[in-house]
Amino acid sequence: MPGSARRNRRRGVLTPVLWIPAILALTLFGLPLLALMLRAPWARLPELLSQPAIASALLLSLGTGLVSTLIALVLGVPLALVLAQSAQWPAVPRRLLRALVTVPLVLPPVVGGVALLLLLGRRGLLGQYLPFQLPFTSAAVVIAQVFVAMPFLVLAVEGALRASDRRFEIAAATLGASRFTVFRRITLPLVAPGIAAGALLCFCRALGEFGATITFAGSFPGTTQTLPIATYLQLQTDPDAAIALSLVLMLISVAVLIGLRDRWVPGVTG
Amino acid sequence: MSIAARLQATRGAFTLDLDLAVSAGRTLALLGPNGAGKSTVLALLAGTLHLDSGSIVVGNRVLDDESTHVEMEDRRLGVVFQDYLLFPHLTVLENVAFAPRAAGKSRAAGRALALAWLDRLGIADLASARPPQLSGGQAQRVALGRALASDPDLLLLDEPLAALDVEVREDVRGELGRHIREWGGPTIVVTHSFDDVAALADDVVVIEHGRATQRATVRELVQAPATSYIARLVASWSDD
Repeated sequence: MPGSARRNRRRGVLTPVLWIPAILALTLFGLPLLALMLRAPWARLPELLSQPAIASALLLSLGTGLVSTLIALVLGVPLALVLAQSAQWPAVPRRLLRALVTVPLVLPPVVGGVALLLLLGRRGLLGQYLPFQLPFTSAAVVIAQVFVAMPFLVLAVEGALRASDRRFEIAAATLGASRFTVFRRITLPLVAPGIAAGALLCFCRALGEFGATITFAGSFPGTTQTLPIATYLQLQTDPDAAIALSLVLMLISVAVLIGLRDRWVPGVTG
Repeated sequence: MSIAARLQATRGAFTLDLDLAVSAGRTLALLGPNGAGKSTVLALLAGTLHLDSGSIVVGNRVLDDESTHVEMEDRRLGVVFQDYLLFPHLTVLENVAFAPRAAGKSRAAGRALALAWLDRLGIADLASARPPQLSGGQAQRVALGRALASDPDLLLLDEPLAALDVEVREDVRGELGRHIREWGGPTIVVTHSFDDVAALADDVVVIEHGRATQRATVRELVQAPATSYIARLVASWSDD
């Protein structure tokens, strides 16, 4: 607010020329959410959300999102350890590794979906050897979500690892602890807040996944039609249902935001 | 148990070449100014650095030589770090029980052993405290207990009083000396303070520029300092 800025001892460079675009930006964030809240068919909400199609999309989304987050934890925490360790590597492999981890963050999710199809599709590089069909199944939903969401977890955990004092690990080793004991009893508990924050971010991103999922897994009700896809499709037939679904997704995001606050991962959440 | 080490390592322009020997029940002080190579000695003994040549032998066990490099976790050294490095997410009791647990003892056995050490060090009442709640002197005793609970063959203390306020240093130093003597194993104290040497050590190796410039008992060192660095340290100490 302009008033509180004026009370600050260090006022900085904020003049109306900069305040106006900043407020416009905030409006761009805030007004659409306000519109969503105001236009929501609150009275019909229970009825809308209990429709079988919507309930199944909600269940599918929560289920796949949880499984994806678990997979991201099992694979992503070790990857974060490698990434943190890579600070001591020569420049080329170090940058290559970091680029590879960051690719899914900057790649359009649809492209990720196409790439997954080309790898795991029926005629795909690996897919042609698979004894079962992977695309257009719930497993494909999970793979698409892990692809897109895992970098959030990896980078959050890596940030926490870098911020933690590695000398505790040396102290533990001098006390006779094996590498795995050091990892389990020292490293993991010390970065637990970073892991929790990363898992929340990852879950949130998995829940919102649309492009890679619809490309690689399609949109079959009950097996691959997740909440965001159901929302998009409902908008064309039953806008009220789409709004109700949007509200649910927003509610989950807000809950995650509250869960994260900003004390957990400075680099990621401010 | 006794230890004998010939430590030779080169890091950039710095070369360390030092012989150390400590017998059971003796405390050796490694005294030297900043940059003399004290932390390199610690890193070589603890196993975070590799020797270029030489050897480290504890009892009849070779920890390091041309063909052997025993990993940190298998060296059986008790290290008290300068800033203690107590695990902040564990209680005092869990910190001290860490080594017994890592050695495969049951939860109950580890806790019993840890409690016995806390009791011996007079801090049993701190068992359920967390490290951030401790005073400097208390933290140092917990760090000592944690190191001794690992049943080490050699105790290493890195500037054990440097992290403490000046007012409490004298008391803590006296306590520390008493506990080390009660423990009775070979001990190396790395320090740049002659107060530490006078209160804790039997023998002294003075290290300057990576080499030993004097080996003596504490008394001999006071009577006949070999270099101007030692003479200045001893003089400023006698003034107090």
